[in-house]
Amino acid sequence: MSKQHTTRPITTGTSVVGLVYDGGVLLAADTLLSYGSMAKSFNTPRMVSIDERILLGASGEYSDFQEVVQKVKALALEQKTQSMESLYEDRPLSAKSLWNYLRAVMYQKRSKFNPFWNDVVVAGYENGSSFLGVVDKLGTTLQENCVATGFGAYLAMPLLREQYRPDLSEGEARALLEDCMKVLFYRDCRASARIQLAKVTADGCIISEPYELDQSTGWNAPSMIRPVGDLDGDGGW
Amino acid sequence: MFRNQYDTDVTVWSPEGRLLQVEYAMESVKQGSACVGLRSNTHVVLGALKRSVSELSSHQKKVLEIDDHIAMGIAGLTADARSLAKYMRTECLNHKYVYGAPITPAVLMSDLADKHQRTTQTYVRRPFGVGLLVAGMDPQRGSPHLYQTCPSGNLYEFYASAIGARSQSARTYLEKHYETFAESDKDDLIVHALQALVGCVSGDDELTKENGSIAIVGKDQNYTLLEGDALQPYLDRLEVKNAEEKDDDEEKEDEPEAMET
Repeated sequence: MSKQHTTRPITTGTSVVGLVYDGGVLLAADTLLSYGSMAKSFNTPRMVSIDERILLGASGEYSDFQEVVQKVKALALEQKTQSMESLYEDRPLSAKSLWNYLRAVMYQKRSKFNPFWNDVVVAGYENGSSFLGVVDKLGTTLQENCVATGFGAYLAMPLLREQYRPDLSEGEARALLEDCMKVLFYRDCRASARIQLAKVTADGCIISEPYELDQSTGWNAPSMIRPVGDLDGDGGW
Repeated sequence: MFRNQYDTDVTVWSPEGRLLQVEYAMESVKQGSACVGLRSNTHVVLGALKRSVSELSSHQKKVLEIDDHIAMGIAGLTADARSLAKYMRTECLNHKYVYGAPITPAVLMSDLADKHQRTTQTYVRRPFGVGLLVAGMDPQRGSPHLYQTCPSGNLYEFYASAIGARSQSARTYLEKHYETFAESDKDDLIVHALQALVGCVSGDDELTKENGSIAIVGKDQNYTLLEGDALQPYLDRLEVKNAEEKDDDEEKEDEPEAMET
């Protein structure tokens, strides 16, 4: 009895962007769930917190992300409770260990030609310093100060690289990420203007409620005011 | 010892509420040659007395490397110890591959103790006939730890301990001096370990570079084994220390006693 192997993503999320700032890590992602060119759901969170200390976000196949989150939450719980030692001492999972664990899982799946079709972002704050890393569907790992998955790798990374400084304040980091998300909304046809921001610091994780990007200053192009698809004119495309 | 009808299977309780097979396994540990362990705030040292079957044979290895930050000293059935070492090494390597970081010794020991316990509650197996002294550095906290397991599955953490034949002498020495260990430097710890071992030799034998063995793990110190010529400087230091103390004692004896009036 042969099993089916994942060959293409069906229900997808687009870019996740993130950067390290002075005191923590900030991530952003929109809340659109796409079904090919159909916009399936407008309010789906693509970032979750593990143990209130580690942020996990992903682009790609949403069902695979859900499965990965399930596995990770189980791992975090197991780490807290399984060994006898855990009765006496708290040894919470670290972001870096989790990132490595995901690497092992993703690589094994790809080696069987049945990958989790995701780019997973892992963020945490431990031992007084920030951690930000990515794992892709092949099991490739990157640990960086700026990350962007999906379309963000092409559109947002240049913006992040240009403006990144190690001493960014939270406000500056947020402004930079929102700018990236706006550009992504303009240029990525599978993106929406409804986004979430997530941060992790020494005090733990916070994921914001979804909110709309401020569009009051954009969309002044004439073609947006008077759609070309009218009958008079060339009809658009 | 005693032979009664409740000691054949490990799964049978004696009327006194004891598992005799487990206790017999612990006897096996007492037959092995001595192994000591002690720690400071920065290092953990293991010392062992290696036994040789005859003058023509080599000395039995008593200290094994489990990982860069974990050392293990054994007393009892060497083959059982090697089987456990293989398990521990596999766990260490697997953890490093999956999590990208060295394993926490406390968690490894906890799982090891459970492994011991399982053998005491099944009909088809026997307890491991070996006592282990495991020295490990916690990679996250940078703290040194010394653990002891026995065939029963009990796990204890110690500042200092000794197991095997004539180990009571070592334990007495360690109990007397353990409060000075915390601030001791690495070399002093090694000399203490050797001093503790000296009391465990039998009859006419003495502690030499052939039959002594020292292992050390610590902060910024990966597993290091000191045997043979590498051990001689410490044995020399021990000899000097003992000679000095002997001279001090003799001086005190020579002092004239105060006259009673």
